[in-house]
Amino acid sequence: MTGQSPSAGADAPRTPVLRLEGIVKTFPGVRALDGVSFDVLPGEVHALMGENGAGKSTLMKVLGGIYQPDEGQIIVGEKPVVMTSPLQAKATGIVFIHQELSLATELSVAENVYLGELPKRSFGRVDWKTLYAKTNEILGRLKVGFDAKTRVGDLSIANQQMVEIARALTVDAKAVIFDEPTASLTDAEKVVLFDVIADLQSQGVGIIYISHRMEEIFKITDRISVLRDGQYRGTLSTAETNEDEVTQLMIGRKLDLSRNVSHHDLGDVTIEVKGLSCGNLFQDVSFQVRAGEVLGFYGLVGAGRTEIAETLFGLREPSAGQIFVQGEEVQIHSPADAISKGISLVPEDRKGQGLVLGMSCRDNMTLPQIEDLKAGPFVAEGAEIAIFDKYRDNLDIRTPGWRQLVGNLSGGNQQKIVIGKWLSMHPNVLIVDEPTRGIDVGSKAVIHDLIRSLAAQGYAIIVISSEMPEVLHVSDRIAAMYSGKLMRTFTSDEVSEDNLIQAISGLKSDQAAAA
Amino acid sequence: MPKITKASLGRFLAKQGILIAFILFMVGFTLANERFLAPENVMGVIRSSAILGVMALGVTFVVISGNLDLSVGSMMSFSTIVVLDLHDKLGPTLAIPAMFAMTLCLGAIIGFLVGYLKLNSLIVTLGMLSAIHGLTLTYSGGKNMDIADKEGTWFSVFGQGELLGVPVPILLFVGLAAFLGIVLSKTPFGRKIYAVGGNGVAATFSGIRRPRVVLGCYLVSAFCVATAGLLQASRSLGSQNTVGQGLELEVLAAVILGGASLLGGSGTIFKTVIGVLILGFIQNGLLLVGLQFYAQYVVTWVIIILAVWLDIAAKRGKLLSPIA
Repeated sequence: MTGQSPSAGADAPRTPVLRLEGIVKTFPGVRALDGVSFDVLPGEVHALMGENGAGKSTLMKVLGGIYQPDEGQIIVGEKPVVMTSPLQAKATGIVFIHQELSLATELSVAENVYLGELPKRSFGRVDWKTLYAKTNEILGRLKVGFDAKTRVGDLSIANQQMVEIARALTVDAKAVIFDEPTASLTDAEKVVLFDVIADLQSQGVGIIYISHRMEEIFKITDRISVLRDGQYRGTLSTAETNEDEVTQLMIGRKLDLSRNVSHHDLGDVTIEVKGLSCGNLFQDVSFQVRAGEVLGFYGLVGAGRTEIAETLFGLREPSAGQIFVQGEEVQIHSPADAISKGISLVPEDRKGQGLVLGMSCRDNMTLPQIEDLKAGPFVAEGAEIAIFDKYRDNLDIRTPGWRQLVGNLSGGNQQKIVIGKWLSMHPNVLIVDEPTRGIDVGSKAVIHDLIRSLAAQGYAIIVISSEMPEVLHVSDRIAAMYSGKLMRTFTSDEVSEDNLIQAISGLKSDQAAAA
Repeated sequence: MPKITKASLGRFLAKQGILIAFILFMVGFTLANERFLAPENVMGVIRSSAILGVMALGVTFVVISGNLDLSVGSMMSFSTIVVLDLHDKLGPTLAIPAMFAMTLCLGAIIGFLVGYLKLNSLIVTLGMLSAIHGLTLTYSGGKNMDIADKEGTWFSVFGQGELLGVPVPILLFVGLAAFLGIVLSKTPFGRKIYAVGGNGVAATFSGIRRPRVVLGCYLVSAFCVATAGLLQASRSLGSQNTVGQGLELEVLAAVILGGASLLGGSGTIFKTVIGVLILGFIQNGLLLVGLQFYAQYVVTWVIIILAVWLDIAAKRGKLLSPIA
């Protein structure tokens, strides 16, 4: 399946399962989709790429019948259709596997798969026998290790996704659309998913695959269509292109993801942690970060990286160990304590933990220091706007104005608001957990550059990331975590992909852990 | 002047839906009965809405912080009974602050349970509704409470007095609304309430001590309830144990009519005042057009549900939506 399938026009012309022609959708003030046209062939995996805000979601909503296009046509098979509702889209054979799963976790797999269409017996009773049989048949096609009676809440995220896919297979699917399907999957689970996709492919189903992850795109897709600013920028044959070309098409310029080489002088030790433990989450962790230095924490999910950050920020009570900020031991029992010691955290879950989406950009940015921004008993709005303006300019935050609700910004700009929020507090230590999760390629580079330039300005920075290129790119030193233990700290000269992977897999290395 | 398009008009209507509905009601009732907009009728409506209104101000704080307060009705009965009882025992000068202190204690208990112990506010305040009702009955021994010397006390000034021709309850309502409106929109405390209601986790991650903010909101609510109890006691100088019964829902209705989201994070004092006035004028208008008193309940609630539906439909952009 890896790029061998014929791309458009390579063999006898086949009728596309789905064709979009000149789709236009405007919202007040925005041309969200501006003449998007491409087609999906039977048995093809067609990647749809674009930065956040490029129009992918809007396009999917048009396909799903949630939005009506202003112009253009959707053609399924040979006939144009007008999508009026998600139900109708499904009946037409267009099926979505959403990024956020929409399953009833208290019900069984079978009930979820046939939700709304349960087979019935007389008097409206559910025909359980048929239900389980039909579901098991579909599950068999997917080769999963659970059966129709399993409670969905007991399944892993990956298996829950399989239930979504099973649901898609209950209809005669012509095109299946996967929206960031691997966002929460482990490598092993990804392999299973890709097998299922290959299987669908062999049955002649057309697949639209939306993802930011280049690796996957190049592994499983046949063609790549790119959107930028609502406009269709072209379709490339995966076999004949490369990451650079795709990226350039997406962001309109070249991207430098090479190892960071900028070096500047480091200052004194800003934060030092000695023997820090928190129950069974992590044990005996010691490290220090100097002013101007970026320490990257790398490890598998569950290795204890985020938990260390949460402990430093007062969200968890350490069971042992000491924390020193600028040479003085500090006691931290709450985020307010941490903030007063100059420790700040840009959390992993930007929307859930970092921002109040319904509040304005300005109000989000000044939230931690609102108590200090007073003119008499009132909030000094002038001072607030001054702070917002300063960090909007410094961080190049793209927003129409401070009144804009944060929820309306793109992921990259939202992340900059969170970073600006903490920079405006003039912290000593900036902890950034998964700085670019869910952020598109172009903005990723911007965030990376920002982290480097903040280090150059003398902040002590801790970056936690699950992406190895990111850790390698931004860190001066890298701490490898495995199962709650800090295995080894590498300098940027020592580190290689191989020894880093060894360390985070718990494999013995010739050097003892050094802080 | 920006161009008026169908879409921009739609957005404007969606934003101002409640205000427009209010104007339509006023026009409709005025056409039906010319006495509706007469100054004495308008003044009468505002005056009789004042007690409900004062309570709604406090509940607005609680709702914006993402919680509910269903205990305000029975708490208002408590305040009324207590201040009437203490009036004869301690004299009005001491009775009023004593009653405020006791009511604030009740608010503090709720605030502690919801804020610090993180219990569900619906359960806590529903429980407190009954508990406080029992407390009131125990306190009064089940009897109605009356002031002995109704002619000779200055206590009646809050409920019955006038200043420059404006009834004191209206002055208190407007004054408290202005004060709390400023607290909510202009102070750090107000900002924190919106943050806690909008996204409590993010507020915590910004160093905001969430329990304190929640406690603060319930104290504001209790203060408003105490003020309402004072108005009620001073107006009638005697009261049943159940004077505030059912008010919690009317108060909540006014807050929601004003457009505050039950999910927290949105709403303003000004909008709540509009909600209170709509409720007051609907009930008054229905009486003026000759609707039977009991039928009012039905019509009022039908209108409330309709209003909420239209409000949500305007936000969604269509009347029926497959997605909530």
